Amino acid sequence: MIKKNIATNEFGFVFNPATGDSYSSNPMAAEIIQLMKENLSLNEIKKMLLDKYEVDKMILEKDLDEFVGLLKENNLLSN
Amino acid sequence: MNENKSPLVIAVTGLNAIDSPGPGVAVIRALRDGMTQPIRIIGLAYENLEPGIYMDGICDKTYQISYPAAGAEVLYNVIKSIHEKEKIDVIIPNFDAELYNFITIAPRLKALGIHSFLPDFEMFDARDKLNLYAFGKKHNLLVPKDKPIYTVSELEALGEEFGYPLVVKGKYYEAVVAYTLEQAQKAFYKISTKWGMPIIVQQFINGTEVNIAALGDGEGGATSIIPMRKMYITDKGKAWAGITLEDDTLIDLAKKIVAATKWRGGFEVEIMKTAKDELYIMEINPRFPAWIYLTAGAGQNQPAALIKLAMGEKVIPFTSYDVGKLFIRYSWDHIVDVSKFQQFTAFGSL
Repeated sequence: MIKKNIATNEFGFVFNPATGDSYSSNPMAAEIIQLMKENLSLNEIKKMLLDKYEVDKMILEKDLDEFVGLLKENNLLSN
Repeated sequence: MNENKSPLVIAVTGLNAIDSPGPGVAVIRALRDGMTQPIRIIGLAYENLEPGIYMDGICDKTYQISYPAAGAEVLYNVIKSIHEKEKIDVIIPNFDAELYNFITIAPRLKALGIHSFLPDFEMFDARDKLNLYAFGKKHNLLVPKDKPIYTVSELEALGEEFGYPLVVKGKYYEAVVAYTLEQAQKAFYKISTKWGMPIIVQQFINGTEVNIAALGDGEGGATSIIPMRKMYITDKGKAWAGITLEDDTLIDLAKKIVAATKWRGGFEVEIMKTAKDELYIMEINPRFPAWIYLTAGAGQNQPAALIKLAMGEKVIPFTSYDVGKLFIRYSWDHIVDVSKFQQFTAFGSL
């Protein structure tokens, strides 16, 4: 899932210490990254978000897939 | 180290803290931060407008020295004469172009009581731009193909062999990425006029620029290794901001280089990291980089460790550093009374 050494903070700042790249994430993205860092699976994260927010399941799945793609593209996920 | 508690006298070159800076001022800042005993810094400057001569809290005294082209014997006599006044304990040269002379006179300086911690000629030559490709091949390290040339007419064939863009580099300094034959020819004339022959033409590698500052103990061990990614690069290719990285592959690469050369002293590896995570060695510079103060900021003060090694102390290799530590260079207009400028220009010391 997300690389173990990725650093984050409560303001949504994400730092990859292997590349020096840093990113700003919105509160939703920061929450998902935090859940990933707690070693939750994508299905578990999906379930938690569905329970917590009023959101259509299809839309959540699509958005989450897109976000995971973005993390992968930016080399933030472990293989 | 220095039992009578008198300051340890350290002479440092490279005070040109300009847009393409020498490392001297950064080295001195690191020494002032990291040395536990009193120190006295003797600046050695080539030109009378090197900012480090005039900056507050950098040099205690600065002397003008002769250009490298004057040769090792002239340099020896100049240093000897400064030593008679200042009793230098250690000397840290910081320019590629002056190192040949300093390595030549190092044993004679040692006989005067001036310590240094420099590579020998074998180490020095192994990583020379002209020998780097062969060095990489010998030690199974990735180095882009290159060729030294002496005439502009050789560029055309190399353009066909390497393809465009290609990199046109000076023997000591400067590199230009040329996208056409005309650009390559222009770079050839510009760089050869400034730095002489040969010009080195190198295959272009696309990727992220990463640098490593390291300190070799002269026995094949690395006392310190700090990898840094350039975050902001000037039009001269210099890092104006950078950040320390956590990447074991970079640390391993630096260890391999130190083991292969038994490097003694500070050095910098310039690396291009490709999208496939290949690490191409673009250059190995035989001295500390201008961003060396970042090593002190990240917890591995390489200049201070070098002084200990030069004085014969054992230094336990550093094992950790702060990842995500940034340096951001800045410009600063330092106001200097003309009398100081006159003093240095007329008498060669300040």
